[in-house]
Amino acid sequence: MALQSPDALLKQWILAIQDYSILCASAISALFTRPRYWADIITQMDSIGVGSLPIIVLTGFFTGCVLALQSATALTSFGAVSMTGSLVSLSMVKELGPVLTGLMVSGRNAAGMASEIGSMKVTEQLDAMRALGTDPIRKLVAPRLFATVFMLFFLTIIADAFGIAGGALMSVTILGLNASTYLHDSYRGLVHGDIVQGLTKPVFSAFIIATVGCYCGMKTTGGTQGVGRATTQAVVISSVFIIIVDLLVTRAMIGIFGS
Amino acid sequence: MTEAISSPGAATVDPQDDKTPVVEFNDVSIAFELKPVLKNISFSVERGQTLIILGPAGCGKSVLLKLANGLLAPDSGSIRIFGQEITTMPERDLYALRAHIGMVFQESALFDSLDVADNVAYRLHEEHVPEDQAHTRVVEALKFVELEQAIAKFPSELSGGMRRRVSIARAIISNPDLILYDSPTGGLDPITSTTIIELVMKQRDVSHTTSLLVTHRLQDAFTLATHRYDPEQGMKPIPKDGPEQAVDRYDAAHGMAPIPKNGPERGIDPGTKFLMLNECHVVFHGATEELVHSRDPWIREFLD
Repeated sequence: MALQSPDALLKQWILAIQDYSILCASAISALFTRPRYWADIITQMDSIGVGSLPIIVLTGFFTGCVLALQSATALTSFGAVSMTGSLVSLSMVKELGPVLTGLMVSGRNAAGMASEIGSMKVTEQLDAMRALGTDPIRKLVAPRLFATVFMLFFLTIIADAFGIAGGALMSVTILGLNASTYLHDSYRGLVHGDIVQGLTKPVFSAFIIATVGCYCGMKTTGGTQGVGRATTQAVVISSVFIIIVDLLVTRAMIGIFGS
Repeated sequence: MTEAISSPGAATVDPQDDKTPVVEFNDVSIAFELKPVLKNISFSVERGQTLIILGPAGCGKSVLLKLANGLLAPDSGSIRIFGQEITTMPERDLYALRAHIGMVFQESALFDSLDVADNVAYRLHEEHVPEDQAHTRVVEALKFVELEQAIAKFPSELSGGMRRRVSIARAIISNPDLILYDSPTGGLDPITSTTIIELVMKQRDVSHTTSLLVTHRLQDAFTLATHRYDPEQGMKPIPKDGPEQAVDRYDAAHGMAPIPKNGPERGIDPGTKFLMLNECHVVFHGATEELVHSRDPWIREFLD
């Protein structure tokens, strides 16, 4: 592959940022103007939300289990093993629930969006759609954006709940803690700011997943190989951005709520 | 299709206006990543005309069609469709204009998640046409391309020729005033290609729709220029006892007839014109006879 000059590379990046911003702005404005494709929104909600449920439940549950076991090892040395519930719930609700759900859905759905839209692009179906009078951003991107934001919020809540349940199972069966104490401790450990922080993150993650997935799909060139490349790019870019934005949101929330 | 196209900020245009050229390119140039594809292209297509665009592979024929539909924007120059400037038109207004334009894509570009009926009815569904009315029109369009038996099939179950015919049905369902055919016979065997050309001819001679047709097959181009659809005969399916792989083909020779050489038209359809592209430029624009008698060495070599 030939090396590109730095100014050509910079221009390419700026152009990509411009195209991505235009796509995001058009998708958001399409959500607030007619026509809206409700059938597509429902289909996407089913595919993204209901379809991701098993993977989210399993990830959340086993992360909670591991978290309880690992934290108990550290807490035992301080004689504070009874704090396991509080630690698991705080970690799940503030950080692991939103981030892991985001990463899982990114792997599953950003890849799906990029490959589906990418295949449509290389087979001229997007051009055909435009030629038939339909805006692909309105028909394909806006429903995926709305469905991901809406469903990721609830998937995160489910992941949090199953994580806490997994932690409870380990605490009761292996660490010998009292179930009622664990759950009470978990509940008491959380404050209003933690919940707000944990439920703000999925909104940003979902926006990244849907827009990056669709952007990579719509920019696909180069046949089937191009579709594969777009899919990989979508997962890599969305995963990295989810973690970066997680840091920014966490810092902003600490600034707002003080913890 | 008699309603006028109106868009905010743009003049109201009547697609039935006979005096205005349906397609008008004026000094149009486009480049991809600094590589010029089309340079200073100018031509116009009058109502009812069929313009056949010829040229070697990669000379920008498909790009030209996409420019005519507003799917691509030129770097410079002006493109007027039904008298309306489309290069500066907002995408929203272009969608309204495209309601009057049908397009057949190179690889059919059927939506693979929709069955044939939904593919053909796509535009009608977008326009919220009642389901029973849409179904009637879908059946009518599929009858036109002799494919009503495939209504419930998915694109993956169809042969290349059948997909191309569904694509034609999808393009004509709204009775467009302009049809753009992007290599409708590309990648097809000669028998299926003749079937497709016959459909193009049928649309030209029955509905008198203005059309732009890109092709690299000279044979198809000259068949269109020298034949006329014969409504008496129509397309007849190959008999059932014929070879199995031919069941979706039609004996095309029955559906078209050569234009008599001793008639007033001297064997050539007067409404069919040619445009030849080479190395980003127009090298020929004119009638069939002028093309055949051209002395340009490149054209001679291309034709031979």
